[in-house]
Amino acid sequence: MGELVQTLVSGIAVGSSYALMGLAMVIIYKTSEVINFAQGEMALLSVFLTYMVLEYYHFPFYVAFPSALAFALLLGFFLEFAVLRRAKEPNVLGMIIITIGLEMILMGFVSWKFGAEPKTMRFPLSPYDSLSLGEIFVSSLEALTFVVALTLMTVLFLFLRYSKLGIAMKATQQNKMAARLMGIRTNRILMITWGISSLVGCTAGLLIAPTIMQPYMMWDPMLKGFAAAVLGGMTSLPGSVFGAYIIGVVENLFGGYVSIEFKSAVAFFIIVLVLCIKPSGLFARHYVKKV
Amino acid sequence: METKNRTIFFEVCNLSISFGGLDALNDISFEVHKGEIFSIIGPNGAGKTTLFNCINGIYKPDGGHIIFKGQKIQGKRPDYVARLGIGRTFQNIELFTHMSTMENLMLGRHRYIKAGLLRGAIMWAKRSFAGREEVAHRRKVEEIIDFLDLQSVRNKFVGSLPYGTQKQVELGRALAMEPELLLLDEPCSGMNSEEKQDMIFWIKDIQDALGITILLIEHDMKMVMDISNRILVINFGKIVTEGSPEEVQKHPEVLRAYLGEQDNLENIA
Repeated sequence: MGELVQTLVSGIAVGSSYALMGLAMVIIYKTSEVINFAQGEMALLSVFLTYMVLEYYHFPFYVAFPSALAFALLLGFFLEFAVLRRAKEPNVLGMIIITIGLEMILMGFVSWKFGAEPKTMRFPLSPYDSLSLGEIFVSSLEALTFVVALTLMTVLFLFLRYSKLGIAMKATQQNKMAARLMGIRTNRILMITWGISSLVGCTAGLLIAPTIMQPYMMWDPMLKGFAAAVLGGMTSLPGSVFGAYIIGVVENLFGGYVSIEFKSAVAFFIIVLVLCIKPSGLFARHYVKKV
Repeated sequence: METKNRTIFFEVCNLSISFGGLDALNDISFEVHKGEIFSIIGPNGAGKTTLFNCINGIYKPDGGHIIFKGQKIQGKRPDYVARLGIGRTFQNIELFTHMSTMENLMLGRHRYIKAGLLRGAIMWAKRSFAGREEVAHRRKVEEIIDFLDLQSVRNKFVGSLPYGTQKQVELGRALAMEPELLLLDEPCSGMNSEEKQDMIFWIKDIQDALGITILLIEHDMKMVMDISNRILVINFGKIVTEGSPEEVQKHPEVLRAYLGEQDNLENIA
């Protein structure tokens, strides 16, 4: 019994970092219907720069982490402004290919600058400290990730639903032309979207880095986050978070009781299942476009 | 002398735009006076919608000026032109289909809403800044809903509404922006005769009661002759003639270009 509960709890813990990546992808998808495959590597760059600031320049955490988030925000602004906006007569597929290109460029840049060998990121919380609740152990980092994921989800949800900017984002997604005619600067909205998304991704990166840090560290969380977002319907913030928990838990259960080798494949098996049975995702209110 | 001192409300001057080798608009000039209904007619492909797209910044014209309230607006971004006070509806409806009528109209108020992130975040009661603002804008939107008889569809997703009602919602959204100049691109297309009557009534009312200047594209000749103060006829991107409905009806080239045969003369009179 204890073992089962432990597996479930670890699953949710693992799911929290997927959840953050999922949130980041959903934000961009919601405004532009682009799936941003560079999400992980944007976070990667921010994380490695944080590492640099901490290790080479010996700045304290309270300087390094906020500046990492600020950098991530600017990186998002910059990539949207300098790369995606330059696309001539863009369509969604073309944009997705551009993000794949960005992913490779950023990954290459980080590997070249910092090398491929694993590093250790200093962090205020050690990933090896753990909180115990009876027989169940949760590392304090996992607990932090869990809290951060839920908090960010709530804040973003409220922001998108009720703020003026959030509503402008929603309008931009539904009809860009009409949004512009309402006086909404859609280009700026897209830029802000990328910034916020990059910020959320960077948060995920910073929370993953203490456990594993090398240039490929974000690939797996990004794909799982994407899986979680699809599971949640791609446009729902709570959906992507709960999708991430489902994936984390199922993955851990499968790894614990069936086969550790196929642990990662399970996420994608779930996606195939969901897409077959409920293609709009588990949480999306699905709108059918009337013809 | 008088005409020179008066600030021009809206003027298009030698406007030209071409796509590839095709001159979509060629040397178009006209002026619209404040408070009038100014119609643009012409056969399909004459360049009417292209003209609208140049006015609200979707296309950047190759040459010429567009002046609105003394300011050149050609080549400006659509959101900028919208904020100056030019509203628009489309031939093929452009609504936020996954939002309710109310939300669509509230988006029309977007340019007036001031509460940003901080003030929005501390909106706990109706007395707060954002609360009062929300109430004021909702009241304005309710007025428009009453004006256009949209009460019954207030909270319905507009994507599921009938075509004619969607056109109404789009008109309402344009009105929610409180524009000074309203561009209506075939507001009656695809409507049945009853809906058409209502639409004509509202357009007149927008002119009389709200004092909004209207630029209208419409194919229904009876309606155009009925409600327009002045009419501009274009064909193949060039001006054919401009004048009052009576003058335009008598113009020989109009009859040839627009109606084709002499026999149709009686139909428009």
